[in-house]
Amino acid sequence: MEAFNTLSGITVPFDKINVDTDQIIPKQFLKKIERTGFGIHLFHDWRYIDDEGTKSNSEFILNYPRYQGSQILLTGDNFGCGSSREHAPWALQDYGFKCIISSRFADIFFNNCRKNGILAVVLQAEEVQALFKEVEANEGCLLTVDLPQQTVCSPGGNKFSFEIDSFAKDCLLEGLDDIGWTLQFEDKIQDYERQARSQKPWLFFDL
Amino acid sequence: MPKTMFEKIWNLHLVHEQDGNSIIYIDRHLVHEVTSPQAFEGLRLAGRRVLHPEATFAVPDHNIPTVNQDQPISDPISALQVETLRQNCKEFGITLFDLGDERSGIVHVMGPEQGLTLPGSTIVCGDSHTATHGAFGSLAFGIGTSEVEHVLATQTLQQKKPKTMLVQVEGVLSETVTPKDIILAIIGKIGIAGGSGCVIEYAGETIRSMTMEGRMTLCNMTIEAGARAGMVAPDEKTFEHLKNRPFAPQGDAFDLAVSSWKKLPSDPDAEFDITVKLNANDVLPQVTWGTNPGMVTDINSKIPDPENIQNPMERKSVEQALKYMDLKANLPIKDIIIDRVFIGSCTNSRIEDLRSVAEFVKGRQVNEHVSAMIVPGSGIIKRQAEEEGLDRIFTDAGFDWRQPGCSMCLAMNDDVLKPGERCASTSNRNFEGRQGKGGRTHLVSPLMAAAAAIAGHFTDPRTL
Repeated sequence: MEAFNTLSGITVPFDKINVDTDQIIPKQFLKKIERTGFGIHLFHDWRYIDDEGTKSNSEFILNYPRYQGSQILLTGDNFGCGSSREHAPWALQDYGFKCIISSRFADIFFNNCRKNGILAVVLQAEEVQALFKEVEANEGCLLTVDLPQQTVCSPGGNKFSFEIDSFAKDCLLEGLDDIGWTLQFEDKIQDYERQARSQKPWLFFDL
Repeated sequence: MPKTMFEKIWNLHLVHEQDGNSIIYIDRHLVHEVTSPQAFEGLRLAGRRVLHPEATFAVPDHNIPTVNQDQPISDPISALQVETLRQNCKEFGITLFDLGDERSGIVHVMGPEQGLTLPGSTIVCGDSHTATHGAFGSLAFGIGTSEVEHVLATQTLQQKKPKTMLVQVEGVLSETVTPKDIILAIIGKIGIAGGSGCVIEYAGETIRSMTMEGRMTLCNMTIEAGARAGMVAPDEKTFEHLKNRPFAPQGDAFDLAVSSWKKLPSDPDAEFDITVKLNANDVLPQVTWGTNPGMVTDINSKIPDPENIQNPMERKSVEQALKYMDLKANLPIKDIIIDRVFIGSCTNSRIEDLRSVAEFVKGRQVNEHVSAMIVPGSGIIKRQAEEEGLDRIFTDAGFDWRQPGCSMCLAMNDDVLKPGERCASTSNRNFEGRQGKGGRTHLVSPLMAAAAAIAGHFTDPRTL
């Protein structure tokens, strides 16, 4: 997993609330057995005017020339709700997004982002609104997200701090492999199993 | 200190805790074809094995046809995905309920049916509707594919401890107000992000009076309120339902398990972070009108008028939803004319759902302008329905009777709405394009879907 430290990037002000993962990556693209190549299908039904995805919808914000090459997605409340599909963060990442800023994320989506090295930043609703205003008003506006300092800064002088639990922060900063981390505690897992087998034998099937 | 049921189960599964990150043990892992291939591939790349294949069970359900399941899948990409599941199960020694096996079906129907879902256990699956299993007093939630890989490799999951919410429902369910209406009313009340960061426990007279099927419907849609897990305390109904199921404990082991399960319910003085109350007597049959499950009202109401919404973001969201749904503000719900009916999904495809539909449509005919299909949740439910003669009632009334699968709940197979088609659906999500690009979904109970199929528009089943 790629580590995340500090990022200054073009920001798309995607002014929508309750964006669900069905919109981020529609179901027709979930048939693949690989983890890669989902970026071209990101927001497919909104981004293209044809089913094949060959004709861009010029009214969709991701297609505006000024937002090409963007790395930060600024969006409305409750982003990533609905289906648990990890194809959603895979698609966002493959498209080029490294950070998403919102006033709230759906729980499963939030975890899925972290597991893929995408930083999901939660700010107060008013702070998100202030950033929307500034980004929309200034073409080429780069926001700077500093994970070690836990801040989001804008050229116009907005500076907002965000919370992140120390474990998630370390994982992102170091690009840590989750499974590797858990396996450090293999002995504890085995101890747990021994104890649980005697207390709740009905939960274990004989090998 | 008094504890909630969630806290008891959490504590009983805690392996390690560090900096707010907990490792919790997972008792059962359910796997399907869509969210698992990349997880197995990850294991292979890292040279890891499945730690407990005997605690892992797989079934293809999302991406399979609901006709001719004895024949090869015609779409080559879907066929490859299902074949990949078969190969992975074989390679890693996992039990697979394959197509053609009567036990196969929708993963959240199969698990409880086989007795894999037990009170006090932790259950995960790469699917957000894993919340369903909480109906048995288990802690069950949906996970992403990276987490699927983590569970396969370690039989544990890293989690931040969630908050707790109590949803207390008192009052009596009337004949036409079903558990589906109760959960839609709850989502309407607390909103689609109302349960964010929480595990919900449903309690109260109404919940106690529900059957196990009803409790599964209720817990199933907990994710639509933003909470990852919903739970109901196990009681005699739960134990009776579990008795003699193939993977449930048998004989003395069952009695031993029951004595332990009886200790699970929340202590009387246990404190929840948030408490919400609902009176079931106030709930009427529900219909969603928008593009998320919180955009819901009752059968006697009208489509809301965006002009009456103060918050600009919300107003915009309602305007966009009405535009997508092609609905006008202030239109009575009963005037919404439908083209399609879908009865099925992990929310409402169990035998009780099918019986309620059969009872209503017996001797009636599906409206000539409506195309209606019924997809049972599993092969066992399909057989049971056929033994009870329900299939004949459905086909005589003009319904299409299919083979089990997720079908048009997410429309990954050929069961898809055409652009502009409007559907009364017993599934769980009415997101844009969910049942087909440009398709318009209204979520309802099986009884409401049946009534809409007959009338051709939404109607109160009592008036037909």
